Amino acid sequence: MPGLEDLYREIILDHYRNPRNRGELPVPPAHAETGFNPLCGDEITVYVQVDGDTVTDLRLTGQGCSISQSSASMMSTAVKGRSLEEARAVIRTFKAMMSVHEARLDGDDGGPVEPEVALGDLEALQGVVKFPVRIKCATLSWNTLTQALDSIAAPAS
Amino acid sequence: MAIDAPATPIDVASIKKDFPILAVEVHGKRLVYLDSAASSQKPTAVLDAMDRYYETTHANVHRGVYTIAEEATRLYEDARKAMARFIGAGSPSEVVFTKNVTEAINLVARSWGGANLHAGDVVVLTEMEHHANLVPWLQLKAERGIELRYLPVGEDGLLDLSDLDRTLAGAKLVAFTAMSNVLGTLTPVRRIADAAHAAGALVLVDGAQYTPATATDVSELGVDFYGVTGHKMLGPTGIGVLWARAELLDAMPPFLGGGEMIRDVRLDGFTTNDVPWKFEAGTPPIAEAVGLEAAVRYLETLGMDAVRAHERHLTAYAIDTLTARYGDDLRVHGPLDADQRGGVLSFAYKDIHPHDLSQVLDESAVCVRAGHHCAKPLMRRLGVGATARASFSIYNDEADVDVLADALADADRLFG
Ligand SMILES: Cc1ncc(COP(=O)(O)O)c(C=O)c1O
Repeated sequence: MPGLEDLYREIILDHYRNPRNRGELPVPPAHAETGFNPLCGDEITVYVQVDGDTVTDLRLTGQGCSISQSSASMMSTAVKGRSLEEARAVIRTFKAMMSVHEARLDGDDGGPVEPEVALGDLEALQGVVKFPVRIKCATLSWNTLTQALDSIAAPAS
Repeated sequence: MAIDAPATPIDVASIKKDFPILAVEVHGKRLVYLDSAASSQKPTAVLDAMDRYYETTHANVHRGVYTIAEEATRLYEDARKAMARFIGAGSPSEVVFTKNVTEAINLVARSWGGANLHAGDVVVLTEMEHHANLVPWLQLKAERGIELRYLPVGEDGLLDLSDLDRTLAGAKLVAFTAMSNVLGTLTPVRRIADAAHAAGALVLVDGAQYTPATATDVSELGVDFYGVTGHKMLGPTGIGVLWARAELLDAMPPFLGGGEMIRDVRLDGFTTNDVPWKFEAGTPPIAEAVGLEAAVRYLETLGMDAVRAHERHLTAYAIDTLTARYGDDLRVHGPLDADQRGGVLSFAYKDIHPHDLSQVLDESAVCVRAGHHCAKPLMRRLGVGATARASFSIYNDEADVDVLADALADADRLFG
């Protein structure tokens, strides 16, 4: 049975207590997207500034549990300053980490997956997959960022 | 039937033995189930009644002439009689079985609302409603432009009725909960119902939390429509009840179409069955009805006045214990007076997110709900995204509250 220490790693609590990149960006030129976790009511707004091919700035507002807040904070540091392509690769890798373990919990071991990029601190969130209802907390900001990047790529004219 | 003799107190130790799930261990610890407002646990009497039905009697109802089909029909209709008795309905034919209270409210919105609510017509709700009593009306607002007004919730967690008459003026329906699933607040049903009737409106009451907690008499409450959900009152999932006054049900068009709800079907039309079957399209939840009757009998044996007295005591004990121990670090949402609330206790502890709190409590095998409790407008009104909620039933005792109080201290270790 997984214990709390699998979930609440020190680095996670640190990002929760001291969230990075909190705040807003002027819209436009930045793009804002709000995501909801319908299960628990958590909300997060991701502000993304893309210049040319680069995510030059990323800010976050909203409220949520330690998992959703720390995941968002770590995401901001992992993505800020990256090219759009790299940002997408980080998102894919993170989501794969979440879903691979979900599949394994179902007894469906898809085998080891080669990570596209190194996740660094984000690996601390691996323990979340042992608590399936919390996966949505961890992925909320990532899904919201994906939506933001999608609408930047294909602006609704 | 009102019983004036003082209720025999609830003997929790012996009741606990009636609920097999309470013997389950989580993380090697005794399960402390404090989430009955979401769904109650089931006594052996309910589980056995359903097993016995499937093992000895199962057949479809209202169709076969053979012995077990007749017996299944009798059991299903007996359950209707039991529910009618339990909520003080004038006749079993006023009791419609639904899937849950959500379906009961949707039935009224679609059937009665479909026939009677038009653009500009006013429906009055409150700020403390469950989504089940918001979204069906919001759907009618979107589809046909009805107007929604809301009775506000005051800082004390009670409905603010200072502007009641003006809010009700011209309304066609007032729909509200008899007990908040977030704040525990008991609402003044009779007072609102009388004012609504004086204003010419009908009254729908969501009894999802009230009926499991309190003796219910729909005629004393003075309402026109009343919804109950079985799984919160020791019964199985998959069954609920809509009660409505007979003349309303008679005049209402059917809700879902199919078998059972018809008298005759031709290629160019159909005629409907009598109430209540007019509203029960398709094969109904038969085993669930049998289980629900067993739940009703279990509660009747305890006596609903004793149930209320027990839960009132436990709620007062919980509020006292938690506030004495944690002072300003713990804030109870809703009224602090146990006379004004049922056994549902939402609280904030320090600024620890309810999700994290609930996760930590789970280590002590304490089950509390964390989230918006399907009442997002109320969460916005309270200025919070979520709350932690402990709720009590007949199988909870002071020791359960003590485990909760101790387990809260563990949250400090991680988040303090
Ligand atoms: C006050 C209230 N209304 C409605 C509901 C919905 O109940 P159900 O999901 O059984 O339809 C609930 C419980 O979730 C409730 O507490």
